Amino acid sequence: MENNQSLDPRVNRLQLSISGDPVVVRDGENWNVFEVFHQEKRGAHHEHVGCVHAPNAQLALVFAKEQFGRRKKCVNLWVVRSADILAFNTEDEDMFANNLEKTYRDASGFKVMEKINRYKKSGKE
Amino acid sequence: MYGGGYIFDEPNKRQLKDEQLHDDPEKLAAFEARIARGEKIEPGDWMPSEYRRQLIRLIEQHAHSEIIGALPEGTWITRAPGFKRKLALIAKVQDEIGHGQLLYNAAETLGKSREAMINDLLSGKSKYSNVFNYPAETWADVTVIGFLIDAAAIVNQVANAKGSYGPYCRALERICYEESFHLKQGHDAFIELATGTPAQRAMLQDALNRWWQPIMHFFGPPDKSSVHSEKLMQWKVKMASNDEMRNQFLDTYVPKIWELGLSLPDPALRKNDSTGKWEFSDPDWELFKKVINGGGPCNKERLNVRKWAEEHGRWVRKALMHPGEKITAPAA
Ligand SMILES: [Fe+2]
Ligand SMILES: [Fe+2]
Repeated sequence: MENNQSLDPRVNRLQLSISGDPVVVRDGENWNVFEVFHQEKRGAHHEHVGCVHAPNAQLALVFAKEQFGRRKKCVNLWVVRSADILAFNTEDEDMFANNLEKTYRDASGFKVMEKINRYKKSGKE
Repeated sequence: MYGGGYIFDEPNKRQLKDEQLHDDPEKLAAFEARIARGEKIEPGDWMPSEYRRQLIRLIEQHAHSEIIGALPEGTWITRAPGFKRKLALIAKVQDEIGHGQLLYNAAETLGKSREAMINDLLSGKSKYSNVFNYPAETWADVTVIGFLIDAAAIVNQVANAKGSYGPYCRALERICYEESFHLKQGHDAFIELATGTPAQRAMLQDALNRWWQPIMHFFGPPDKSSVHSEKLMQWKVKMASNDEMRNQFLDTYVPKIWELGLSLPDPALRKNDSTGKWEFSDPDWELFKKVINGGGPCNKERLNVRKWAEEHGRWVRKALMHPGEKITAPAA
């Protein structure tokens, strides 16, 4: 703007007289990272929705409420330091592969009606 | 808002080639096959260094655009006409800052700290969407931004949400949900002026005339003159070409402007019925470059306001710091 006059009266009140010295944010100044888990209604699971930067867990909850609880339904939030999340290596995904015969773990693996029908048939004869 | 189609890249071709040479061809093939199958890439996965670099650049600049984009609108919070408009504008500006945070987090999963991104913004090394280097002179400008700039951003963000990087897609899903409110409240305020008094209509027409060129710049230079982006398309980093997105925007929104009896300052603007594509006069791309490189009406003010905020908020952040604590990146 001409003469450094802003259209924003608030900006003019700041009297920005930036010295030209670079402004540098130091490492750690934006604090640590916390993962946020959101519970939509009583009885539902807490679901991971993202994360916030905060200096401690209490403030992480405050920021999480602002960031993840300001619009949609929410009854509760959890936060946990990202550093405390233990996860499998994504490269080991194949250990969850379900290509084995696992119908013995499944209701569909047990055919009771066939047996009942066979029994009933055999009794009639 | 506001990922424009145009993502500034610093010229650094040599480093790029060097990095690419070091990618393990077997891992690269597996990575590309995963993307071709429509699967997402997650932070712990192996990825080509060029994919990582391009994503950091894209997501970081998107994040900066959200933060800087809140400034021209924030200007008008105290002067928004009426209580409901004021509430809506406060909510929108808060959303945009929230978008910035979601996006910084997504970029952090790729290995660049939020502090480093903010420093690159303040030093001018990292860019943000060019449209925010223009002033919001009247309330009508705010309605044009809320309606048309957010609409343009939505075209871009809906496309990017189908990309390959999991954390970015998840952030965009949430962002797009909130953008639908931005667009609707912007359209509503725009229509109110368009159907209002002659003075209100004149104010809106004036704002449209001033914003049309920046809006045409929004998606970046035409495909024919922009650098090769085939690899980025294959890797699902770039999801649509600049021309495709611009055409999609024009196709949806020009009729919504014309139906209100407003005009656009380009006599060549029309839809070619045989090709289905929109035609328009070439925007001034020299001006576009000049503004990106600091020569726009508000570049200096935008960064100075950010610097002021960093300097004056520092004592709070410092008081709550834990020196020596190990800082980690987001998990997902
Ligand atoms: Fe928005
Ligand atoms: Fe946004």
